[in-house]
Amino acid sequence: MSYEEVIFYFVAAVTVLGALGVVLTRNVVHSALFLILALLAVAGVFILLSAEFLAIVQILIYGGAVTILILFVMMLTRVRDMPQALDGPQRPFAALAAGAFLVLSVLAALSSDWPGETREITVVPFREMGEALFRDWAVPFEVASLVLLVALIGAIVLARGEEGE
Amino acid sequence: MIADNPWLDGLVRMGIIALAMPLAVIILTYVERKISGRMQQRLGPMRVGPYGLFQGLADTIKLLTKEDLRPQTADRWTFELAPFVVVVPVFLAFVTLPFTADLFVRNLGLGLFFIIAVSGVSIVGFVMAGWGSDNKYALLGGARAAAQLISYEIPLVLAVVAVAMIAYTPEAGRGSLNLVEIVDGQGRVPFIVWQPLAFFIFLVAGLAELYRQPFDIPVAESEVVGGPFIEYSGIRWSMFQMAEFVSMVLISVLAALLFLGGWNWPLGNGAGIALQIPLILVKTSFFILLFIWLRFSLPRLRIDQMMQFCWQVLLPFALLQIIINGWVLVYGWPDWTLGVSSGALTLVAGYLTYRAARQAAEEPVSPRLHRVGSVL
Repeated sequence: MSYEEVIFYFVAAVTVLGALGVVLTRNVVHSALFLILALLAVAGVFILLSAEFLAIVQILIYGGAVTILILFVMMLTRVRDMPQALDGPQRPFAALAAGAFLVLSVLAALSSDWPGETREITVVPFREMGEALFRDWAVPFEVASLVLLVALIGAIVLARGEEGE
Repeated sequence: MIADNPWLDGLVRMGIIALAMPLAVIILTYVERKISGRMQQRLGPMRVGPYGLFQGLADTIKLLTKEDLRPQTADRWTFELAPFVVVVPVFLAFVTLPFTADLFVRNLGLGLFFIIAVSGVSIVGFVMAGWGSDNKYALLGGARAAAQLISYEIPLVLAVVAVAMIAYTPEAGRGSLNLVEIVDGQGRVPFIVWQPLAFFIFLVAGLAELYRQPFDIPVAESEVVGGPFIEYSGIRWSMFQMAEFVSMVLISVLAALLFLGGWNWPLGNGAGIALQIPLILVKTSFFILLFIWLRFSLPRLRIDQMMQFCWQVLLPFALLQIIINGWVLVYGWPDWTLGVSSGALTLVAGYLTYRAARQAAEEPVSPRLHRVGSVL
């Protein structure tokens, strides 16, 4: 195996283990911590694909995002009470739905026709990416940021409304 | 290249960093204690060795052999892994930090961005320590650390962006995130002349990133008794301490590279390695001494004051600096317009800071602000 393959399998294993940890642990904070493990490992996959920029963005965004997530968990839940809250009488139905979805996606993966050979990686220069984002596709970018701004202001309005009561 | 194999080469270079940094931390703790002694009219450490020179070494041995305690109710893995999550990102940032024109582990094209992104991850460790200790002061400290992060990080990144915008490279023109290119692009005039406002913002936000006075809100001894570190002892506590000092070195080297021209000086580029190392050492030490000096001169801010200052003063000024840089680049105005406009804005920002400090000393806090402050 080449270095790349060794690293790929390592990173892939960490991603899968992290993702399993997110759904299998009963503690919400542990789930959030496993989530950041999985997301950081995905950044490793991006580096293997020579997408440096995407990898760094992944680390920057999700590192902060998961921290905030843990903060919300600390503020909104009592962690000691949580172990039972994730369980309920609907458990068999949930298992059935998840199992059906798993069978469906495995069948879809097996029946689809995957292209056999992998293509060479073309590295997109960082400069070109920036020009595409802020020059050629400036309007969609601005629309997306406008939507985020609206969401932000909405959240502030909601939060302040509660405080006034 | 130290070794032929790129993997071995990288490993050896990282090894040098990993050995040099604890040594630097030992020296810096001694320096800090000596300076604090001078500033408080004491002698500082004097017992171990001549002038207490071996105090740092003795402290290290003490910390390494001390019992590593864990509270019974603490969350075991979160508690024990937290110091690693704090230390590893700080060391990772050194992967691309150049000390001289060819003294670095790897010269990444997006080096500056990499450093900012990676060093932000250590906040997860602070929150882990805060939550995992099962101690209300630790939890408060962790929450404060997260609140502080979202306040200072945006001005910090924007100040760095302003510098990256006007960094000049011969091949590609303006704009670079490669630290070696940014330093060499400064030529004889360092960026502090062209971007004093970005420098001011970087310095303040960088100080906030270090969790040192006046921004030691998350670890404030007199309020949250050490914050996230309250339950730690021995080697794990010393890892937090090491992370603090290593990131102080990181911020200082970064400030020297971005704003003071790194290993170049006004007398001309292309200084030999024998001159480059003293130059970067002097510039880095300047910032480290500045941080230590500030630590013993300024009182701690309240968390709402810190957040207000970051969001209402630093952030708008950082955006202004970026807009001005954009105008200068697009319309091709001469360089001196950058220096003059940025300098004028720095004076305004400085005045606003001064006025805010005066107001904070004189006026009682409004009830709403007080409430926000008491939540975190």
